[in-house]
Amino acid sequence: MTVSADRASLEQQIAHWREYLRRRRAIHGSDVEELEGHLRDQVAVLTEAGLAGDEAFLIAVKRMGNLDALSREFARVHSERLWKQLVITPEVGDQSEKGARTETLVVLVLAVVAALAIKVPALFGLQLGGGDEPFYARNASLFAFPPLTAYFAWKRGLNLVTCVWLALAFAAAAVLANAYPFETGGDTHALTALHLPIALWLVVGVAYVGGRWFAGGGRMDFVRFSGELFIYYVLIALGGGVLTGFTVMMFAAIGMNAEWLAQGWIVPCGAMGAVIVGAWLVEAKQSVIENMAPVLTRLFTPLFTAVLLVFLATMAWTGNPIDVKREVLIAFDLLLVLVVGLVLYSASARDPEAPPDLFDRLQLLLVASAVVVDAVALAAIAARISEFGFTPNRVAALGENLILLVNLAGSAWLYARFLRGRGSFAALERWQIAYLPVYSVWAAFVVVVFPPVFGFR
Amino acid sequence: MELGKDLVAASATPLVLAILAEGDSYGYAIIKRVAELSGGHLQWTDGMLYPVLHRLERQGLVAAKWGASESGRRRKYYRITRPGRAQLAAQQQQWQVVDNTLRGIWMQACTA
Repeated sequence: MTVSADRASLEQQIAHWREYLRRRRAIHGSDVEELEGHLRDQVAVLTEAGLAGDEAFLIAVKRMGNLDALSREFARVHSERLWKQLVITPEVGDQSEKGARTETLVVLVLAVVAALAIKVPALFGLQLGGGDEPFYARNASLFAFPPLTAYFAWKRGLNLVTCVWLALAFAAAAVLANAYPFETGGDTHALTALHLPIALWLVVGVAYVGGRWFAGGGRMDFVRFSGELFIYYVLIALGGGVLTGFTVMMFAAIGMNAEWLAQGWIVPCGAMGAVIVGAWLVEAKQSVIENMAPVLTRLFTPLFTAVLLVFLATMAWTGNPIDVKREVLIAFDLLLVLVVGLVLYSASARDPEAPPDLFDRLQLLLVASAVVVDAVALAAIAARISEFGFTPNRVAALGENLILLVNLAGSAWLYARFLRGRGSFAALERWQIAYLPVYSVWAAFVVVVFPPVFGFR
Repeated sequence: MELGKDLVAASATPLVLAILAEGDSYGYAIIKRVAELSGGHLQWTDGMLYPVLHRLERQGLVAAKWGASESGRRRKYYRITRPGRAQLAAQQQQWQVVDNTLRGIWMQACTA
């Protein structure tokens, strides 16, 4: 073997060893570097003594000792490393340090923009807590979503044309939400407030996937992102509640009423800014911390399946019909949303190549029982729909029920095929992903068409 | 002759501190110095030195700094700190007590 070939194979062996070491969580990058330096010193001494490169490498590795034992020792010294840490600021000397600083700055600016945006209408006399709540309810998503979209547009480097389209979507939404002459306290107004965020979330999604909605796995990533953002948002909201409580309590202790500060500034501004900050945290931690949404899915799928089955059994046993009240339809809508969420998030975390397991059977059972429960409820409602008459709320709820039912029926069919080995899990995943825009398109339909059709009631 | 595992572990801290008290050093050189001082009787698994060094660094007994090696690669150098010297002195006394006690009983055994 020539000297240079010997050298090259040695470098290759060291590279392999380094990769092997890197995979251990307790041993960090700088430790690997230190250990590699040691290995190289040892190899150098041994080759000087006349050994060939690979012989020297073998001896040096042997002297380094058992890597399992070594990483156990490292873990004992640095026990915190076994807890994955979300480090927002990268290690010193990291090349991405500058990029991360810029990102922090961009996020902070956008969070402030979102937080201040909700205070802008106040300049024009629209007071939060002063009888203008309908205005704020209608426009809630228009304060935080545009900065959020701007963040992703910046991060993904969207081209100008896409940016203009996204801006146009928001502008159209703003015009629609505020130009329609809604009746005060009307159903169509409440429907608009409820559906506009769902419709606009698709706009955020387009920015999230970098403008290429149909390419690659971006849509499933957006689903994962949405779930994690929701969980982070809830956590931030809990912290914000504690902050608000302490603010009011402390100022009350010195005889001052800080409720205007809490209700007029901390809560609304915090709620808007938290959307941006939460999104940034999800982006920063996606590779660091286990996704929470699939974990919750695993936890609750068996429980919900059990509840649904017991419910069906009880209904069959007692023969009690569903008491069709005003809220029943909405309650069953929410149930379907929840089951679709469980299916979606377990699909998002599943390896599409893996063979069917017990959990997949459980999912099918969950989906099937949800479909049966909903079909029973729908039948009960349909039987009395003539009695109700068509109101905007009822049509919206029925439409949503049908959309979700179709999704679940499709899922059940694909799950059954997959479990019988006739189809792949990827087909189910494709079905769920392809279905995503349907929700937003329906929501947009409700926002755009319902108010004029129902006379802005 | 091979030393028992516990004895090797117990002697690691004073040995590393004592070697660093001679002057700043780095992992590989410390291992070499240990082998030299013990005449090859004290064989450490090379990798195991590093968790020891990191533990001492955590306890503030040694301080570490990245520098450059002769070949230009980055290398972590260790230096003993003031608490480290105090710890070394304390350990020295403790080991002396152990040493004296054992010596005493073994001398008796020889003379008896």
